[in-house]
Amino acid sequence: MSTISVEVNGERHTAEVEDRTLLVHFLRDHLRLTGTHIGCDTSQCGACVVHLNGKAVKSCTMFAVQADGDSILTIEGLSRDGKLHPVQAAFQEHHGLQCGFCTPGMIMTAVDLLARHAQPDEALIRRELEGNFCRCTGYLNIIKAIQAASRAV
Amino acid sequence: MYPASFRYLRPATLGEAGQLFNSASDARYVAGGQSLIPAMKQRLASPSELIDISRIPALSFIRRDGDLLAIGAGTRHADVAASAEVEGAIPALATLAGLIGDPAVRHRGTLGGSIANNDPAADYPAAVLALDAVVTTNRRNIPADLFFTGMFETALEPGEIVTQVAFRLPRRAAYMKFPNPASRYAMPGVFVAEHAHGIRVAVTGAASCVYRASELESALAERLMPETLDTVTVAAEEFTSDLFASAEYRAHLVKVMAQRAVTSMLSSRHG
Repeated sequence: MSTISVEVNGERHTAEVEDRTLLVHFLRDHLRLTGTHIGCDTSQCGACVVHLNGKAVKSCTMFAVQADGDSILTIEGLSRDGKLHPVQAAFQEHHGLQCGFCTPGMIMTAVDLLARHAQPDEALIRRELEGNFCRCTGYLNIIKAIQAASRAV
Repeated sequence: MYPASFRYLRPATLGEAGQLFNSASDARYVAGGQSLIPAMKQRLASPSELIDISRIPALSFIRRDGDLLAIGAGTRHADVAASAEVEGAIPALATLAGLIGDPAVRHRGTLGGSIANNDPAADYPAAVLALDAVVTTNRRNIPADLFFTGMFETALEPGEIVTQVAFRLPRRAAYMKFPNPASRYAMPGVFVAEHAHGIRVAVTGAASCVYRASELESALAERLMPETLDTVTVAAEEFTSDLFASAEYRAHLVKVMAQRAVTSMLSSRHG
């Protein structure tokens, strides 16, 4: 067991965790932040993407103890004062989801990519989404939403 | 999926990391963890101690030193891909780093972790071999030609830590990869580099370990043109056959990727 201190969505949490606890289980089961999803659990699908110190990572592929001292942002921390983040609003506006399972990871990846590329074209967005799977939409509306968000951000 | 229990240790220095390893029963070092953690989740690896060397500041740097580009073993793929220093010195290396996995994997994975793991289809080993690099550890220097010894096998001894890789700046170079459509691992990847002392061609994702393709090197040494390889036969005997590609198809792809790499080298602005 280890005692860890992490900042999640701006709030400091100190917790005792088993060393083998994956970050995604810490977020979902310990902090009850269930917006971060577990899809494939094999580092491929991206449903579990969160930001670690401002960068998109797969929370099923790191241990909570590895994040000791770090700052984490999950889908629950994106909206401000009850108002959706521009990327969330764009996904809603452009119907960038169907069942919604991949959406938290898609949005966290999109926010990360827009932080690195202000005006991404379609090819770049497709390349940046290589680590996020959506089995419903065919990606078209997701790409539209991210392009619209790039104009709004 | 839960891995087996282990004890997590986070040393502040290389010396401390080595001491922890020596006093542990069955330790593994972890840096980015993008190969080791999935392996632990599937219980293909069950270390009793996990020594996290990713916070050791001395392992993270990118430094140009004459005709060498030294990169700290703890440097993340995303940082290599985005580095102006790397882009200026060896653009093909920046390109390669940007083709590994996906953006989230590149934010965690490290150069040292990739080459120490030596996955038969990993990208970095091809660059290390083609760029005639020297791998430095906490104990010694190892030339690239002696570093990769077999499938997931390297010259590293128990407890040894890769600290940096010094890549030799080529006159020009290019990396071409046929990515596995699901995993993005090379299937295969070919790195071609023209050095003052000759051509080096490294192939990953075809056989059980990265290797230098001597038949392609000698042909390209005669004439550095993609057409030169038209008449060269890449032998498939030692190649991997799996559900993604037969050995014969991999042999075909090695030649095509090599030709595309040469085409790209000849047209590159960096000359």
